[in-house]
Amino acid sequence: MSIRSPLARARGLGSAKDGVGHWWAQRVTAVALVPLTLWFVTSLAAHVGQDHTAVMAWLSSPVVAVALVLYLAALFYHSQLGLQVVVEDYVHSESLKLVTLLVLQFANIALAAAAIFAVLSIALGAQ
Amino acid sequence: MSQASNRPLSPHLQVYRPQLTSILSITHRASGVFLSLGSVALACWLIAAAMGAGEYAAVNGLAAAWYGQVLLAAWSYALFYHLCNGIRHLAWDTGWGLDLRTTYVTGYAVVVVSVLLTAAAWLIALA
Repeated sequence: MSIRSPLARARGLGSAKDGVGHWWAQRVTAVALVPLTLWFVTSLAAHVGQDHTAVMAWLSSPVVAVALVLYLAALFYHSQLGLQVVVEDYVHSESLKLVTLLVLQFANIALAAAAIFAVLSIALGAQ
Repeated sequence: MSQASNRPLSPHLQVYRPQLTSILSITHRASGVFLSLGSVALACWLIAAAMGAGEYAAVNGLAAAWYGQVLLAAWSYALFYHLCNGIRHLAWDTGWGLDLRTTYVTGYAVVVVSVLLTAAAWLIALA
């Protein structure tokens, strides 16, 4: 028996009762990103200034390619979750909030897909 | 759709003195948003590498220019800050370190360690 008025219920006011999934996914991707980021940054720092051929050779290694794909997936997922809460906190106009959230979601998915595709096309041999 | 109400809010930014806790917290959010922007650049770099030596050289040229180096420095600091403070957040999620003294000690540690890690990464890159 809810004491929420029917109008309040219809307008969607009150607790959403749903957010734990987001919170947990944010933590899981965060834990994954700790080692992946440290690996990526040190690898990048070690390869800075090298020419295209050397970088392609590094990216062609299967271990590097898989780790990089995992890194990109975790990164864009974590980024999307984080940006989502920022928008929900600061954008108060309902329509603008909805549009911004959709644009960010699609942008993150598109960027992740493009970046992962780039890594795979290098690693699988298309030069 | 609910619109933002016109009711007055109690003042917060105009009233509370900045603390280490609040400053580190908003910096964590700001660094996260800044890193999300950087992830776009990362995707572009990988796509350029996959496209060929010409495109790769063009993107690397932007990174090597003074504004590219400034952005990379800012991005690398944001990364290590977000990483260190993120670990602090994960520790809080387990319930550890929530008392005020530990919060301040770990807070200062985050600032120091993030600077050291950034310096270390740039030393590796420039060596």
